[in-house]
Amino acid sequence: MEALETRLGPLEDKVALVLEQAKKLGASGAEAGAGLDEGLSVTSRMGEVETVEYHCDQSLGVTVYFGGRKGSASTSDLSEKSLRETVEAACVIARHANEDPCAGLPDKETLAIDIPDLDLNHPWQLSAEQAIELATACEQAALDYHQDIVNSEGATVNTHHGIRVLGNTLGFLHGYPASRHSLSCAVVGKRDDQMQRDYWYTVARDSSDLEAPEKVGLEAAQRTLSRLGARSLSTRQVPIIYAAEMATSLIGHFLAGVRGGNLYRKTSFLLDSLGKKILPDFVHIHEEPHIPKGIGSAPYDNEGVATYPHDLVREGIVASYILDSYSARKLGMQTTGNAGGVHNVLIDPGKLGRMQMLQEMGTGLLVTELMGHGINLVTGDYSRGAAGFWVEDGNIQYPVEEITIAGNLKDMLANLVSVGKDIDRRGNIRTGSIWLANMTVAGN
Amino acid sequence: MTNKALSIAERTLLEPAGLEPSRLESIIGSILEAPVDLADIYLQYARSESWMLEDGIIKEGHHNIEQGFGIRAVCGDKTGFAYSDVIGFDTMMTAAANVRAIARHPADARQIVSVAKRTHRLYPATDPLHSLGNEDKIDLLRRLDQLARQSDPRVEQVIVSLAGTYEVILIATQEGALHADVRPLVRLNVSVIMVQNGRREQGSAGGGGRTDYRLFLEEGRAEGYVSEAIRQAQVNLEAGEAPAGSMTVVLGSGWPGVLLHEAIGHGLEGDFNRKGTSAFSGRIGEQVASPLCTVVDDGTLAGRRGSLNLDDEGTPTGHTVLIEKGMLKGYLHDRLNARLMNSAPTGNGRRESYAYAPIPRMTNTYMLAGPHTPEEIIASVEKGLYAKNFGGGQVDITSGKFVFSASEAYWIEHGRITRPVKGATLIGNGPDVLTRVSMVGNDLELDPGVGTCGKDGQSVPVGVGQPTLRVDGLTVGGTNV
Repeated sequence: MEALETRLGPLEDKVALVLEQAKKLGASGAEAGAGLDEGLSVTSRMGEVETVEYHCDQSLGVTVYFGGRKGSASTSDLSEKSLRETVEAACVIARHANEDPCAGLPDKETLAIDIPDLDLNHPWQLSAEQAIELATACEQAALDYHQDIVNSEGATVNTHHGIRVLGNTLGFLHGYPASRHSLSCAVVGKRDDQMQRDYWYTVARDSSDLEAPEKVGLEAAQRTLSRLGARSLSTRQVPIIYAAEMATSLIGHFLAGVRGGNLYRKTSFLLDSLGKKILPDFVHIHEEPHIPKGIGSAPYDNEGVATYPHDLVREGIVASYILDSYSARKLGMQTTGNAGGVHNVLIDPGKLGRMQMLQEMGTGLLVTELMGHGINLVTGDYSRGAAGFWVEDGNIQYPVEEITIAGNLKDMLANLVSVGKDIDRRGNIRTGSIWLANMTVAGN
Repeated sequence: MTNKALSIAERTLLEPAGLEPSRLESIIGSILEAPVDLADIYLQYARSESWMLEDGIIKEGHHNIEQGFGIRAVCGDKTGFAYSDVIGFDTMMTAAANVRAIARHPADARQIVSVAKRTHRLYPATDPLHSLGNEDKIDLLRRLDQLARQSDPRVEQVIVSLAGTYEVILIATQEGALHADVRPLVRLNVSVIMVQNGRREQGSAGGGGRTDYRLFLEEGRAEGYVSEAIRQAQVNLEAGEAPAGSMTVVLGSGWPGVLLHEAIGHGLEGDFNRKGTSAFSGRIGEQVASPLCTVVDDGTLAGRRGSLNLDDEGTPTGHTVLIEKGMLKGYLHDRLNARLMNSAPTGNGRRESYAYAPIPRMTNTYMLAGPHTPEEIIASVEKGLYAKNFGGGQVDITSGKFVFSASEAYWIEHGRITRPVKGATLIGNGPDVLTRVSMVGNDLELDPGVGTCGKDGQSVPVGVGQPTLRVDGLTVGGTNV
């Protein structure tokens, strides 16, 4: 897989060629991105290899501007003929599009100049045989944990390594390699007539930062076992603690609410929230795009705009929207380097661990799984399927399932009680468990 | 398959790479040197476009070409799979060598059950992108935008999108057969935001199928999506808090059939049942629904979004009865799982693209009509929810718990619809939700062609449908206790 880095130069040449062709065809501006990705994915199930998959992807996409008219095209065929046709296809579309005064390349002064090395590239020299061994060890730890773990969906090892190049006609042309590896395990438990399944995973840029296979398997087994004997609840209004791995979704809804595309389209429940208090005083949410080895780390965004650490919420007040150049212009603001999304969003932890939070809450619901997409971003209305644990006197009483939790995101954010120190560091959003004041739980 | 599809596939996929069909045979042959049970090569070319109108202007469009091949070798329940964007003899031979390594143990003696050869011609082998000129596509979007804005002064934002795909596939199997299919797919969507006294609500509607863009120009379909989107937004502007708790629910006809997709369909896919991880595992022959319920998966409906002439392993699609008069009858199979469960493939082996190995998937899943009129069903309910339309859903295969989210709903009192309520998620248990179906409508309807199903990271177009249903006891996740 080492060979990929040596292909960075030729891929930059292809991007430069595409930009050159766009100009020749009369485009006033253009940007192009290309990527090569190689990977291996292996699943072991019930002690034996189930799938071995070799991945190999390539693609190039180009966006052209004729003044404020925009067109884009992409292809998985990187031959010169195909690239030429792709640029032409983008130009055809641009000629049919309408003039949009906000469309265009980013302002030149926002482009990244000094590209920080974020230590994102750690290819894993892993053979299929080694991957099978890891997956098997992971699953075995889960199967051996308890006699009630009776079946499995298997354990999967994934390793990916790729290069990405981005260029535009303002002179930006950069590329860098990055890697990503993960190990996951899902097992099935059975007691009496009830079957339950749960999973765990670990993910990292560097394979040496992955959790041990046995630990992942053990966690999957413990989570599955803890769900056996689940029942529904009667309908009631109670406080809810979202376990850290579920709390990331709440931060995700906030981020969607302050994303430029939803703001200029007025499809957000957080319209005109900049400078307004939407969360309690103690809440501090910030973006840290340059964390070394970070899963969400990036030196520049999908437009080549420099990313930078900044606050999104300070003392409960919205400090920044999430904007790319287009939505910024639509809103009369400056891009925040978020074309393509956010890069490592962190919420400051509080003082309590998960168990202490349960103690403080006393009676309520601990949510460890969410189902469905019952979120209306326009109104903030929230209604999702859930599973977790009923808590009384600060202690877990029994697992629950087949319930829904409902409220409105505006109220849910405003009535946030505390954030735990049990931070889930795996993803692009890092948060501890989140405790919310009363919501409606519906059940049997 | 039709000779036309095969000649298009050879011209599109093999000729540019300088490949003779016989070369595919020799690549398969190289895999079969190892003791494998199943081997195939899947070649695909897909060209797609999309156009988007927003703020009253054609804001952007996108054009995409994707092509490549996937090679698979199966040995028992083990699968080796490799793919590449570069179609050529050398890349294919390298991939073949990689996947062949899966066969480290002698294959068992089970034979592949052969299926009767059927030839479907469910959609034309044409390129929908060329069925309308670009100017006409843009005119359509503009016309719909204006229609929406003229329909109701409360309309603040209109987003219209049009998308089409032209896909050509070629499958070479170990039996030496070559299967080809040309698959058009189009989709139109209208979404509006309406504002009244500071309250802001969304409505959206759309449709499509395996045909060309002229679908939208016929029978006022495109205009119908506009009025439907506006009607939904109007209803939502008046909606009050949704109820919370277990209650009688009347489900509308058509797209609400997503209930069947989540509660029943996924749990009957062959892979979960072979592995024993489904709440339906080992329950063939059991009563899992009221005798009023017969549910089928049918990939052979002409022009439907979920339909295919043949699945992605070359098996002709079929009409599979999943539940007959309440009794569990059958599973949905690809070749691998059919073989391991000693049954026949049902034409449900599907893949998102050449970059994924096939797995058992649904096509069009629906419940057959029953005896009651929709009016009778509403009139029978003392107090309950009428859920007329839905967004998407999700299921936990193992516990059987599923959700689906209502996007348009009303409160029923004394047999009458009284007032609109906000959308809410409904949750139930797949293996017993249909046992509580007490009335089935005579108004079977299929969805307008908007469904996409995700499984194992693979998205495929699907269809659903059902008549109006009365379910006695489903948990409704509103806020109003």
